Amino acid sequence: MTLKENNEARDRAETTLRGRRILVAKPGLDGHDIGAKIIALALRNAGAEVIYTGLRKSAQYIARTAIDEGVDAVGLSILSGSHCELVAQVVAHLREGGAGDTQVFVGGTIPESDHEQLKALGVRGIYTSDMPLERVINSLAMELN
Amino acid sequence: MIDFTKVEPRLSQMSPSGINVPVRVGADAVHADSIGEPGAYPFTRGIFEDGFRGRLWTIRQYSGFGTAEESNERYRFLLDRGQTGLSVALDLPTQCGLDPNEEMAKPEVGKVGVSLSTLAEAEILFKGIDLGKISTSFTINGTAAIVYAMYLAVADKQGVARDKLTGTIQNDILKEYVARGTWIFPVRPSMRLIADSILYSNTETPRFNPISIAGAHVRDAGATAVEEIAYTLANGLAYVDELLRRGGDVEKFAKRLSFFFYVHMDFFEEVCKFRAARRIWARLMKERYGVLDPKAQHFRFGVVCGGSSLVAPQPYNNVVRVAVETMAAVLGGAQSIFTCALDEAYQIPTEFSAELAVRTQQIIAYESGIGRTVDPLGGSYFVEQHTDQIEAAVLKVMGEIENYGGVEKAIEEGWIQMRLAERALQRKLHIDSGETVVVGQNHFRNPDEVCTPGEVFRLDPAAAGRVIERHQKVLQTRQQSDVERALKRLEAAAAKDKENLLPYLIECCHTYATVGEMVGSLRAQWGEFQEPVRL
Repeated sequence: MTLKENNEARDRAETTLRGRRILVAKPGLDGHDIGAKIIALALRNAGAEVIYTGLRKSAQYIARTAIDEGVDAVGLSILSGSHCELVAQVVAHLREGGAGDTQVFVGGTIPESDHEQLKALGVRGIYTSDMPLERVINSLAMELN
Repeated sequence: MIDFTKVEPRLSQMSPSGINVPVRVGADAVHADSIGEPGAYPFTRGIFEDGFRGRLWTIRQYSGFGTAEESNERYRFLLDRGQTGLSVALDLPTQCGLDPNEEMAKPEVGKVGVSLSTLAEAEILFKGIDLGKISTSFTINGTAAIVYAMYLAVADKQGVARDKLTGTIQNDILKEYVARGTWIFPVRPSMRLIADSILYSNTETPRFNPISIAGAHVRDAGATAVEEIAYTLANGLAYVDELLRRGGDVEKFAKRLSFFFYVHMDFFEEVCKFRAARRIWARLMKERYGVLDPKAQHFRFGVVCGGSSLVAPQPYNNVVRVAVETMAAVLGGAQSIFTCALDEAYQIPTEFSAELAVRTQQIIAYESGIGRTVDPLGGSYFVEQHTDQIEAAVLKVMGEIENYGGVEKAIEEGWIQMRLAERALQRKLHIDSGETVVVGQNHFRNPDEVCTPGEVFRLDPAAAGRVIERHQKVLQTRQQSDVERALKRLEAAAAKDKENLLPYLIECCHTYATVGEMVGSLRAQWGEFQEPVRL
C-alpha cells in the first residue's frame, strides 16, 4: 500500500467512526487492560464516542450497558484464554436483550485455532497485539460501514 | 498498510526511555565516589562483595495450570531438570478472591494458573515436595495474605518448622491498581493487609520474603525502564511508610523487602537501570529513614526476561531475545531470574520450550563465564554515565508523583493509570511505524511466515470441571461449624485496625474455609475498590 492509499484508508475510517458509539469492555477476571485502553484511545482519536467499562465486568453487565447506551459496536478485550466462553455469554445476553444486531469485536491473546469458533458466534473482527493499530481501526470502521 | 520491511532501520540516538545516548563517552564521565565498591554503600556495583561466586542467582520458572495434580507434576519435572525454586502461577479466581463454583469464576478456573481455593488444593500442589528445602514464589496480590496463610498451613501439615520456610509472595497491591488488575479491597485496607503479612512474616517466617514490589507489570503494560523503576520505588516508599505507621522497625522489615522487574531488549539501559535503582534505594533508606544496617539498605530483586518483548512472528527469535535479556539481568546483578519460554507470547509453554528456557540460564551461568567477576561492567565510561542518566530520570518521575500527592492519591484518582495508557499508546505507535524495531514483526518479515512452531500446548478442557467437583466435595466433608466460627473471628478482627489478621487467616485455612469465604468476611468490613476509569 502506498502512503497515499494509506492516508485515504485512514480518512475513510475517520469519516465512518465520527460520532459512532462504541463500548470497549473487559469481561471476566482478566486484569490486563492496556490493550483495551489503547484501542479506546485510538478509537476516540479517530472520532468515535468511546465508553470503557473498566475491569471485571459480567457478560450481563456488558450487554446491559451496550443496550442502555445504544452503542453501534462492542469491543471485548480478553487475555486470559477464556475468550470463547466469555464471547458466547456476551452474545447470548445481547440477543436476549433484543440487541443481537450489535457488532461484536474481540481483541487479546486469541490463537488462530479459535477464530472459526468466534466467527461462528458472530464476531466481526479479531485483533491481536501484533497488528498495527491503524489496521485494527480501519478494519473496524469497514465493518461498521 | 505501509510495508516497513523496505525501510532501512537505523540506530537511534535515544534510548527507549527517551534518554539521549552519546556516541562516545570519555573518562570524565566516571565519578568514582558515587559508584563505590561491590558490596558497599551505595551498592551501585551490587549488594554482595563476591557477586555470584558466593551464590548463583536462583533459577526460577513461573509455572502452574489446570488442577493441582497437573501443576504438581510440572513442578517435579522442573525440579528434576535442575530448577532451584518454584514459582506458582495461580488462576484468576484465586487471585481475585472467587471460589471456582461462582458464576464469574467458572470460565477462568485453572486457565492462567492453578486453582488454590482451599487448603485441600494446596496439600495436593505440594505433595512430595519438602517445603523446608525448596523456596516457593507466589505471584499473588489481592489475596496474598490468604495464600501466605495457606502456605503456612500446608507447612504445618507437612510438619515443617516455619523458620525453615523460604520463598516470596508478591503481595504488591499498588501496581495491581495500575497495571495488573487483581485488586479487591480499597487502597487503605489493602495496605493494612500487606503490613499485617510483612510484620507477621518478620517474626514467624524470618527467611521468607513477604513482599516483592513489582515493576514488571507496569513495564509490560507500556512504561519505560525509567518509569518502571520510578513507579516501583515510589510504591516501595509507600509500603515503608505504612509499616512505620504500624510501628514496624525499619532496620528489621527493610531486610525482607524485595523487588521484581522485567528485562527488555535495550541491553545497557537494562543493566544500568538495576545499578541506578540499587543506588537510589540505598540512599533513600539511609538518608530518608536513617537506616544503618547495610542489609536493610540492600535492594534485592528478581527479574523476568521476555514478556511483552517476545512476539509471535518468527517465534524462535525469542530464544535469542531471552538470552540477551538474561545476560543483562546477570550483569545488572539480579538475585533470581525467570526466563520466558519462546512460545510464551501466545500460549502456556510446552515442556520443550520450558526446558529450553531453563537451559538458557544454565548456559549463561556455567558456560559463558559472565558471572565470574562481580559487576564486570563497573567503571565503563558509558555504563557509569548511563547509570547516572537513568538515576536522574528516575528521580524526576518520582518527584512528579510526590508533587501529585503520593502514589496512593495518584492511583485512587487514576492519574498513574492514565499516564501509563498514554505511554502504551505511544509505544504501540512507535512499533507500528517501524521506529522501534521488532525483528520479524515490523522489520525483516518473510513472505510466507509460519507464526508458531509446530507443538501446541493444550489445557485439558475437563480440568476445570475436576477442580469444581473437588471443591464441592471439600465443602461437604469439612466441619462446617469450625469454618463459620473461624470466619466470624476473622471478620471481627478485620474491624480492628491494629489487629494482625494473619493468625485468623491461618486458622480459617486449617478449617478448609475457601478463599472466597475469607475474602467475603473482609469485604463485609472494608467494601471494594472503586476503579477510577479515566482515559
